[in-house]
Amino acid sequence: MPPSRHSNIGRQPSQLRIKLVPPITVVLGSMVTALPIITDYPILPPMGLLVLLAWRLIRPGYWTVWAGFPLGLIDDIFSGQPFGSAAFLWSVVFILLEAIDRKTVSRDYWQDWLIASIATVFVLLGGMLIVDLQSHMLRLDLLVPQILLSILLYPFIARLIGAIDRWRVAS
Amino acid sequence: MAPPINRRPGFSKRAQYSIFASYLLGILGAILGLLLLLISFIDPLGFAALRTIGAEAIAPVSKTLSDIGGATGNAEGEISAYFNAASKNAAMRRELEQNRMEILEARALKQENERLKRLLKLDENVPDSIAMARLISSTASSSRRIATLGVGRNSGLEPGQPVRSPEGLVGRILETGPTTARVLLVSDGKNVTPVQRASDSLPAFATGRGDGTVDIQPINIGSNPFKGGDLLITSGSGGLYSPGIPVAVVIRKTETGAIGRVLANPAKVSHAIVQPIFQAETMRQISNDSSADVEEEAGE
Repeated sequence: MPPSRHSNIGRQPSQLRIKLVPPITVVLGSMVTALPIITDYPILPPMGLLVLLAWRLIRPGYWTVWAGFPLGLIDDIFSGQPFGSAAFLWSVVFILLEAIDRKTVSRDYWQDWLIASIATVFVLLGGMLIVDLQSHMLRLDLLVPQILLSILLYPFIARLIGAIDRWRVAS
Repeated sequence: MAPPINRRPGFSKRAQYSIFASYLLGILGAILGLLLLLISFIDPLGFAALRTIGAEAIAPVSKTLSDIGGATGNAEGEISAYFNAASKNAAMRRELEQNRMEILEARALKQENERLKRLLKLDENVPDSIAMARLISSTASSSRRIATLGVGRNSGLEPGQPVRSPEGLVGRILETGPTTARVLLVSDGKNVTPVQRASDSLPAFATGRGDGTVDIQPINIGSNPFKGGDLLITSGSGGLYSPGIPVAVVIRKTETGAIGRVLANPAKVSHAIVQPIFQAETMRQISNDSSADVEEEAGE
């Protein structure tokens, strides 16, 4: 019957969509480096990380603790960082976020933003330190524009991920 | 957003164990990441295959987009241009005057150069280009400075080949895939370019600083002869870059050397030219002339 087929009542969203949408968006975020943005210094926010943090903070129950590792590996393929850098840093972020989730009772939006900002700063600084372990030319001032841009971008990413999440669970 | 209702294990042993296991897996992931990092420190090109697959996979997108827009990220430059238009105008006028004089000098030098070359019977074997392509993307979010070039192994590219633009040296090929190649830019912290001052061929090394500038260290440590505006060109030593490619202009002195701005801004380079490795050129000349003297001259 056509009416019942189009009716939304009682329909379940496909499990595939529920399961796969978050990691796929994170990988797409990591792939943003494919855009023809050619710069002299690091300025593009780490989109994969921001998308992942948004998902992680919006849907804490979805993610396992070790999810940072495979997604970080994929990010390493596209970011140009030494292989394993994001895999390590994102894993650490996930362990810390899990610990925070177990300690705190509730979080509000501003705390989410603060947590995401601290995590982003941690990953960007860590990424630069990892690169500079070899070249010994530490220039943290270079990161300031990228860090500011990332922090300011997070609310928009969180909005976008929120919308995608609504679509993901909607029937 | 409130966290899920029951994240606490309570007294259930099973729940406690499963939390412990998930933490363990997370820590295992971090340790694995560290191990991979260690491997990539020991063997930087060890994961090149994976990166190449990644670059090849996203290359169609990059190529299409860079063909459409050519909109490489230079918004920052355009915005700031509005703010200091007047002072820039004056500076440019001064520069123009200076350039005019330098062009005259250069013309004279060129004539002399040709005359000397005729004297030496050195036929000008300018390395021709292997390929010409666009830079299609870069590691804009990482502190490494690596760009992706729209041609690869299929066009005869090999790691080590210099990449230049009409403005100057862009970098050298780091890894090649079938249709893409990764270019280590001059401004990358791990790229050391042997250079010399154009005016008196004072030898120096230019190391990238990761922000479009290079750190210039003279080989004769102790003296610091650089001054603002000095032009640095490749010296040809090391055998990778052919001599005479402009690299950077000194913008300020430091305690031990100078800071230079890279001339070929990768954001503005529309097309990059890949050249053969200079050493190969020298080798060919040796076999042609079988004379050590000529080889010496070609290496200068």
